[in-house]
Parts: sequence; C-alpha cells; structure tokens
Amino acid sequence: MGEITTLHYLVVAAALLIIGTIGVLTRRNVVIILMSIELILNAVNLNLVAFSRLYGLHGQVFSIFVITDAAAEAAVGLGIIIAFFRNKETVNVDEAELLRW
Amino acid sequence: MNPVATPFFFYFLSIVAIVSAIAVITRKNAVHAALSLIVTLVSLAGLYLMLYAPFVAGVQIVLYAGGIMVLFLFVIMLVNLDQNIREIQFNKQWMVGLVAALSLGGLLLFVIRQGSAIFPITQSATLPEGQNTQQIGLALYGQYMLPFEIASLLLLVAIVGAVVMAKKRI
Repeated sequence: MGEITTLHYLVVAAALLIIGTIGVLTRRNVVIILMSIELILNAVNLNLVAFSRLYGLHGQVFSIFVITDAAAEAAVGLGIIIAFFRNKETVNVDEAELLRW
Repeated sequence: MNPVATPFFFYFLSIVAIVSAIAVITRKNAVHAALSLIVTLVSLAGLYLMLYAPFVAGVQIVLYAGGIMVLFLFVIMLVNLDQNIREIQFNKQWMVGLVAALSLGGLLLFVIRQGSAIFPITQSATLPEGQNTQQIGLALYGQYMLPFEIASLLLLVAIVGAVVMAKKRI
C-alpha cells in the first residue's frame, strides 16, 4: 500500500458517481432517486476537495456552495414528492404519467 | 509528518463509502437506504479530514448527515411506503440504464488514466493544515462575496418553493 495520491480519490469519486447514476436510472422509488442524486453531488464534492489539496482553497469553498445547493434541491424535491404522493398515492416515478404522450 | 493520512484509513473509509452507497441503491426499504446513505456521508467526511479539509468535513456531518438526511427520513415516514416494499423496485429500462452508467464509468476511468499525466496528480499535500476554517471564511466573505449572496437568495427561493409545493391549498 503505497502513498495515497489525488488519483486514488478521483477513482473513489468516479465509483460513487457511477453508483449514483445507476440509482437514478434504474430505481422506481422517487425518494431513493433523490438519495442517488445526493450520492452524485457527494462524488463531485470529493473531487473538488481532492483537487483543492493541489490548487488552493477554492475547491473547498466551491464544495460548500455545492452542499448549499444540495440542501435547496432536497427541500424542493421532497416538497414535490409530498405533493405527488398526495395526488397519486404512490411514489413510483413511472406512474407519473399525467404529461406523458 | 504524515500522522492521519495513512493508506489503511483511506482504503477502509472508501470501501465503507462504496459498499454503503451500493446498499443505498439496492435496499428495498427506503429507511435502510437512508441509513446507508448516512454511513456513506460520514465516511466521506473522514476522507475530507484526510485531505486536510476539516471545515468541509464538519459541514458535511452537520448539514448532510444531520440536516438533509433528517429531512429525508421525515418524508419517508410521511409518505407511507409499506405498500411500495412489495412492488418491483427497478423500472423496465434498468438494463439500458445499467449499461449506460457502466459505459460512463469506463469513459471516466479512461479519462482519468489518460489525463493523470497532465495534473500534478502524484503530488502530496501542499495546503497548510492550520487556519483552514479561517481561510475559508476570509475567502467566502472576500473573493466569493457575490456567490455567497446568490446562495442565500437560492435558499430563500428553495424555502418558498418547498412551502408552496407541500401546502395543500395556496
């Protein structure tokens, strides 16, 4: 086990991003889709912080903005889920077919 | 001087993060998925500590694991998912989605392999370990003043939007 470099962190972040993408593309439960989006945002954050070790603090500041964004997205998304559940009595995305042609 | 960032901790934390991330997208019960996501977030906070970013690690634990995940658990309890557990969990296009995501992963690994010569990627820590929080605060209120204010506006819009979405009658 040699020294841990930025490359190792990039590989971990890529794995998390792929897992999140698989979750978004394959799950039906919309709550778990939102959690997968959180996974994707966390992968991006890990990249930013890993590069901030090389290029100064800007990456860490930007990752704080990304966390703020994730909070806003979670609040609005969960509000939409509650409204959707009230109308359709389900949380499956493929049953949201009101606008489907 | 290399006290915290030992390779053992890196491999341990990243394996915990990836395994519990896989648990997030495969568990049937949404509460179990949320708890696995909390484990992922906490181990990512450990990785941030290893990268000498203690402030981001603290924000990760306080805001993500403490705030956003509590919101998720609230909504999971609010929408009754008992019936959902007995249904099919994956949609009809899951095969296509899996292939697309895995090819994206192959592309990412290819790019990382090819581009690793461009970045000074094998270099180790250059940031000073102390005064991290102080420097982030100075950057937030100095150079990043306008984005900071825009973020506050974004949060205001999100609050109003969430209330409007979740309210029965406006």
